[in-house]
Amino acid sequence: MSPLLPPEEMDRRDFLRRAGLAGLGLAAAGVLGWRAYDGQGPLGSGEVGPQVKLPSYAVPGQAQKVALVKGSHRVPALRAGLEALGGIKAFVQPGDQVALKVNAAFASPPALGATTHPELVTEMVRLCLDAGAKRVVVTDNPINDPASCFELSGIGPAARAAGAQVVLPSAEAFQPTSLAGGRLIKDWPLLYGPLKGVNKLIGLAPVKDHHRSRASVTMKNWYGLLGGRRNIFHQDINGIIAELGRLVTPSLAVADGVASLVKNGPTGGSLEDIKPTDTLILGTDQVAVDALAVGLLGLTPAQVPYLGLAVAAGVGALDLKPLRVELG
Amino acid sequence: MRIVTVRRISQVFFLCLFLWFCLAATLGERWWQLRGWPVNWFLQLDPLTGLLTLVTTGTIFAGLLWGLATLVLTLILGRFFCGWLCPFGTMHQFVGWLGSRNKSLKERVARNAPRRAQMIKYFLLAFFLAAAMSDLLLRLGQVQWPAALAGALLMALVLAATRRGRGGRSFWLAAGVLGALWLGYSLLLGRGGPLGASLLAGLLDPIPLVTRSMNLVLLPLADAPLRLAWPDARYFQGAALIGAVFLASLLLNLWFPRFYCRFVCPLGALFGLLGRFSLWRVGKTQAECSSCAACDAYCEGACRPQGVIQPAECVLCLNCLDVCPDQVIDYCTAPSAAGEQAPDLSRRRVLAALGTGLAAPPLLRLGGLLGPDWDPRLVRPPGALAESRFLARCLRCGQCMRVCPTGVLQPAGLSFGLEALWTPVLNMTIGTSGCQLRCVACGHVCPSAAIRPISVQEKLGQGPFAAQGPIRLGTAFIDRGRCLPWAMDRPCIVCQENCPVSPKAIFTRVQFNPVLPGLGVTRAQGGEITVSPGGLKPGALGTGDYYCRAQDGIQARILANTIDTLFLARLEGWRTPAPGQKVSVLVRLQQPYVDPARCIGCGICQHECPVSGLRAIRVTAENASRQRSHSLLLK
Repeated sequence: MSPLLPPEEMDRRDFLRRAGLAGLGLAAAGVLGWRAYDGQGPLGSGEVGPQVKLPSYAVPGQAQKVALVKGSHRVPALRAGLEALGGIKAFVQPGDQVALKVNAAFASPPALGATTHPELVTEMVRLCLDAGAKRVVVTDNPINDPASCFELSGIGPAARAAGAQVVLPSAEAFQPTSLAGGRLIKDWPLLYGPLKGVNKLIGLAPVKDHHRSRASVTMKNWYGLLGGRRNIFHQDINGIIAELGRLVTPSLAVADGVASLVKNGPTGGSLEDIKPTDTLILGTDQVAVDALAVGLLGLTPAQVPYLGLAVAAGVGALDLKPLRVELG
Repeated sequence: MRIVTVRRISQVFFLCLFLWFCLAATLGERWWQLRGWPVNWFLQLDPLTGLLTLVTTGTIFAGLLWGLATLVLTLILGRFFCGWLCPFGTMHQFVGWLGSRNKSLKERVARNAPRRAQMIKYFLLAFFLAAAMSDLLLRLGQVQWPAALAGALLMALVLAATRRGRGGRSFWLAAGVLGALWLGYSLLLGRGGPLGASLLAGLLDPIPLVTRSMNLVLLPLADAPLRLAWPDARYFQGAALIGAVFLASLLLNLWFPRFYCRFVCPLGALFGLLGRFSLWRVGKTQAECSSCAACDAYCEGACRPQGVIQPAECVLCLNCLDVCPDQVIDYCTAPSAAGEQAPDLSRRRVLAALGTGLAAPPLLRLGGLLGPDWDPRLVRPPGALAESRFLARCLRCGQCMRVCPTGVLQPAGLSFGLEALWTPVLNMTIGTSGCQLRCVACGHVCPSAAIRPISVQEKLGQGPFAAQGPIRLGTAFIDRGRCLPWAMDRPCIVCQENCPVSPKAIFTRVQFNPVLPGLGVTRAQGGEITVSPGGLKPGALGTGDYYCRAQDGIQARILANTIDTLFLARLEGWRTPAPGQKVSVLVRLQQPYVDPARCIGCGICQHECPVSGLRAIRVTAENASRQRSHSLLLK
């Protein structure tokens, strides 16, 4: 390496070069200071970034419909119920992208009734694809380990076998959302990734006992779209369920009460917690569906506070008369 | 093909196989996941794990039998494992090669010359062997004279491996002294105290070390963007220390090639002791050669092939065969024509190492961590043996943590005591859930059965295991000072909701607490009551959790409220209070309790508790099935 400044060779050219270099340095420092200077310091954590908004997935012309099917087999019950509501084609048109929000909350086998039954998932996926759906996504943000939940509940294998895409929650799949006029859902992570491009949303939920909210059916099922440390919402469980009803307007909500988890819910864990209730309820009004479903748990809608709050918030109605179907 | 090319192919093949098994230890059913791949094969081939668990337990567990094959092959071939198979050795050789490029022949010769420090690994081996031995001594001590004599002979054989130990009077003298010490020690051991055997070798045993480093450091880093090994990012507490040990052992190769193999590796030491006697060995076919030092310059084991070779140090890299211009180096059954030299192990030092090793577990246990001061945070996985038996088997390889679907299994840090370092412990906050009810993966991957391979039935206490009940990892305790319904008048019971056992181990008792006592009624009509002072937050009392209690003690649920008016659900027996009377607003709380007879200590409640930092319900190891002395309940 040669020395920067050989003293005997210092001449005008060298001087100019060095002066130019110093000038450039001065200019660079000035520009950097000017551009990067922040006299205010960082803002507090109250900053709210861009929010996503869930569209309404309601199918035009299908509002306020509920069907109640008596039957002990899920597949014929689902078909009969859909027929009563005008057929699957009334809800899924060719080219649609459908998301099925299942309840895969627990790493528990299907027989224990803590999760959506895989038979129901299979049939719903198949019906959607037969109706011409371009893509069916099955998703949830479970409570137990997600991968284990989807495998053990049988939902993952069933959905894949029927031709659906199973999307497990990953950190990137969540984006913050705020419910307009909401009290609880403010800048909260929402499982939005799997819903991108989707234009139909169907909720598939088992009917379950819940010690805190009395019942966990289709409205409580949307809890699985929340991320973050969502358990703090249990302080106001009824409020959050009502807000979830406002946040999510599904194309169709299905409550599977062919067998209901009548005690020790929402986890269950023993066959003794299950009672055959031989009922499948489906409709476009999630409040009406839930109001009918809580009857399977021996409750009246008045005993379930979240239903009252949801009605007051305009999510749906308690007193819709269901189309009844009796299967042998 | 050149022999070193064959050796390199073998090294690359086994390194790839090792990496493949690291990936294939993923829980799942796809072809590249854990469905019959022998992911423990390298750990099983490592005879040090087999030998030391044999010493600590008297048995060789299942696949650890592979270690015998390695031992026998070493007796025939020499240290083939080090030079041809060991994935850690291959990594060292590669880094050493990087560091040796552009070095002159002289520098290379200097770096690869035998050093006294190479004896350190033998002392480490002696240390770990002795640390694992006290239970064996105890057993032998209990079986009278003939066995004690046999033991003394065995130790004499160990002595025979040392310098000047073979034959002669000093040999028998040493054997006699050792035999006497032995019996005395055995008698002492029988009297209890903090003595015990500990499998400390896993800290430095190369295969557990490299497996642990892959499982808990490299794979989580590599998988963060790939998401092959786990569905989401995985965290391991204290991974930095594990990574630092791994990185340091690799970087030291820049100083001396195969630094770890030459100076540290206790497995290499075991192979070295056997390699001395191997049938085939590297050596010169004639004493004289051109003395070009090419063989010394490229020697991986630093065993000086040009001069008096040290067969115990030779890792069979066979570089000497390849580079010798005179072709006087051969791999054959005849000893080197230039002479052979055994490891320069002084008896005194070996004894010092053995003594230190014997003293190590008692010293570590003097702190009382295995006795009165046991750490209740040490919640072990389902099927884990009682602590002292567990420590006699756990290799700290991290396979259980690798396979755990929730990531709740974590390497214990230094705060759990040196003896428990990097053994599996449950940390309910770091993973995706607690220990999942129907999962027994950890016990089925554990290579040494420190975690027994239990069935789901046994874990849940069903079928033939109904009488003994479920396997409990510990018990959940509620911290009433932090719990929302207990301390802060806020409803919650997330813990109760998520308790996976049936019937639930967490139950609740309802408690109505006055949050707004003594409100004066100014106007009342049916279920509509206006109170003063007002100042209520509109809607805040309509969540379904608030009740209005009249003076007669009857209460009705509040459906909604404005700033000064409560709207109540009509109730039978409710009498509308008259103006001037007092009413109170109560919050209905379901306060959680744990039923220790049902709690299995899975920690799911702790994981889900909304008190996000220090949880309001926490599992500690009291009542864990594996440790009778920690039981909580009367049977």
